[in-house]
Amino acid sequence: MNVTTLAKSPQREVNYAPRVFDLDTAPLRELNLALHQVTDAADEPSWEVINPKGSHAVAAGVAQPIAVEVRGSVGYYCGGMNDKASITVHGSAGPGVGENMMSGQITVKGDASQYAGATGRGGLLVIEGNASSRCGISMKGIDIVVRGNVGHMSAFMAQSGNLVVLGDAGDALGDSIYEARLFVRGSVKSLGADCIKKEMRPEHIAKLKELLDRAGITDVKPEEFTRYGSARTLYNFNIDNADAY
Amino acid sequence: MTYHNPPTTPRRSATFDDYTMSEIRRAAATGIYDIRGSGAKRKLPHFDDLLFLGASISRYPLEGYRERCETSVTLGTRHAKKPIELKIPITIAGMSFGSLSGPAKEALGRGATIAGTSTTTGDGGMTEEERGHSQTLVYQYLPSRYGMNPRDLRRADAIEIVVGQGAKPGGGGMLLGQKISDRVAEMRTLPKGIDQRSACRHPDWTGPDDLEIKILELREITDWEKPIYVKVGGARPYYDTALAVKAGADVVVLDGMQGGTAATQEVFIEHVGQPTLACIRPAVKALQDLGMHRKVQLIVSGGIRNGADVAKALALGADAVSIGTAALIALGDNDPRWEDEYQKLGTTAGAYDDWHEGKDPAGITTQDPELMKRVDPIAAGRRLANYLKVMTLEAQTIARACGKNHVHNLEPEDLCALTIESAAMAGVPLAGTGWIPGKGTF
Repeated sequence: MNVTTLAKSPQREVNYAPRVFDLDTAPLRELNLALHQVTDAADEPSWEVINPKGSHAVAAGVAQPIAVEVRGSVGYYCGGMNDKASITVHGSAGPGVGENMMSGQITVKGDASQYAGATGRGGLLVIEGNASSRCGISMKGIDIVVRGNVGHMSAFMAQSGNLVVLGDAGDALGDSIYEARLFVRGSVKSLGADCIKKEMRPEHIAKLKELLDRAGITDVKPEEFTRYGSARTLYNFNIDNADAY
Repeated sequence: MTYHNPPTTPRRSATFDDYTMSEIRRAAATGIYDIRGSGAKRKLPHFDDLLFLGASISRYPLEGYRERCETSVTLGTRHAKKPIELKIPITIAGMSFGSLSGPAKEALGRGATIAGTSTTTGDGGMTEEERGHSQTLVYQYLPSRYGMNPRDLRRADAIEIVVGQGAKPGGGGMLLGQKISDRVAEMRTLPKGIDQRSACRHPDWTGPDDLEIKILELREITDWEKPIYVKVGGARPYYDTALAVKAGADVVVLDGMQGGTAATQEVFIEHVGQPTLACIRPAVKALQDLGMHRKVQLIVSGGIRNGADVAKALALGADAVSIGTAALIALGDNDPRWEDEYQKLGTTAGAYDDWHEGKDPAGITTQDPELMKRVDPIAAGRRLANYLKVMTLEAQTIARACGKNHVHNLEPEDLCALTIESAAMAGVPLAGTGWIPGKGTF
């Protein structure tokens, strides 16, 4: 493997070999700047980041449909505000992976810390391990698939999008939820304010199947999940609901 | 002869005054706490309690119309590749599209641009009319993240991470369903007509150590170009300023309790936070203790009304001020020309603060298509520009009288205080004495 720092090639030939960036020898700032300077994904479609060693904001703000393979674990906000890129973390991710993601896909091969996919607006976030607390907090359209468990307060104030959990969910799932849909295959320790169990209708089965397919998960069936969502009783303030706040 | 005991004059309670009793009756009847806009209305120690000393034998003044008194300010010199250059040290505070109408946001941009200063988005994202008409636009990064996206982040001129605001330090917000038009709903990714809660904490960080990493992320996304402000409510100004600096802020925005809000609980507005006057010196001291005064710029807001307030805030150590409520008044908010309609709403011009209800007769705090037509963005923008220029001239007038060739050269030694409270808060001597309460005795 050729490890180079980023001196942009004067030729505009398509480079099918991944452009490798070593965070041991070059600063994060150069990596992200180089990723942002990609104006045509066809020129440099494939990137590889080695020695991330828990660095924060790795591949944050990418805005082209490129592939970024991160070889190791990352700190906070990996892939933050990602738009169109496909980012794979071959390790675990710190807090806020894929926060405010617009589109594209982020896959975490290990576990994810708090706030995974927070306020995400689009795209797909796949966590192959477990996700900690507040997974999908304030999500606004993102789809999140977690193969393991999610921690407490997941999908807090979730506005739209889908959260799929193949394992169990912790306390207060979907607290103050708006229109997001939650699918949990295992147990739910408790539901948050205004979050209720809902019927799995055919359209939900179809949507869930699509999400599982996109996440590359073939060993579970949509029918094994339970759907949760908003009871919509807190949508407009009423003093008689004060106990719920 | 019959002796009649003289009756005592009916005595009203100072504790249970008319307003208090009316609020008890209102709460009992409705079961809802009072929500309103604007900032603290109670009497507070404020800039009116300070006076400038002017020139004397020991210092000479500058000639009013001949010797220049500069007013420019540069914000974001610490880390940003592209700091902001403003002609005047008065900026327009963050106010959301949603709480304000589109024409009102456009007018703010137009007025600020004519005057050579910045305007600021709010909770709800960036609108085209605001970006298009604002030469310098600060993009707020709020807990709700309504409308947040990397494209707008990159086309902003600066980013303001909102930790709190003076009207409600520690509180979130609520845009009631009646103000949620189709456009507002779409920008906030929520159904039309439901209450939209703005969280009080950011969803993906807590505490100063996380904030440092969040600032790093925003710098990385914007390639270290944009100045990053951190806005705090006037709660613990010394520590909040110090921690914002430690976290890497380029600019600290400090909003005292007179700072306005689109809507929150009356009890919050009037009972949480510190007066603007009390916040400035602790914040400046924090900057000085860290060796960062004038390196990290300080913007003060909350009850700034005229050039004297501007000059006093700068003399106490601020680099710039920010106005919100005053800017809305310049646009036409609470104008007596709409008195008949204010009366129909059960209020009067000058007291209207139910901005959350969306019925603003002046067409500013509304999404009603008919009401918002009352704001001509060009004319209202011109009024705002006039007002900003008058404030600047007033501040220059005072600065020249104190012998300063830049408004930033004003200093606490140019001031005295009329009350013990204001002397203590501002750290300047009580008038006629050398006594600064809390700093030793006369």
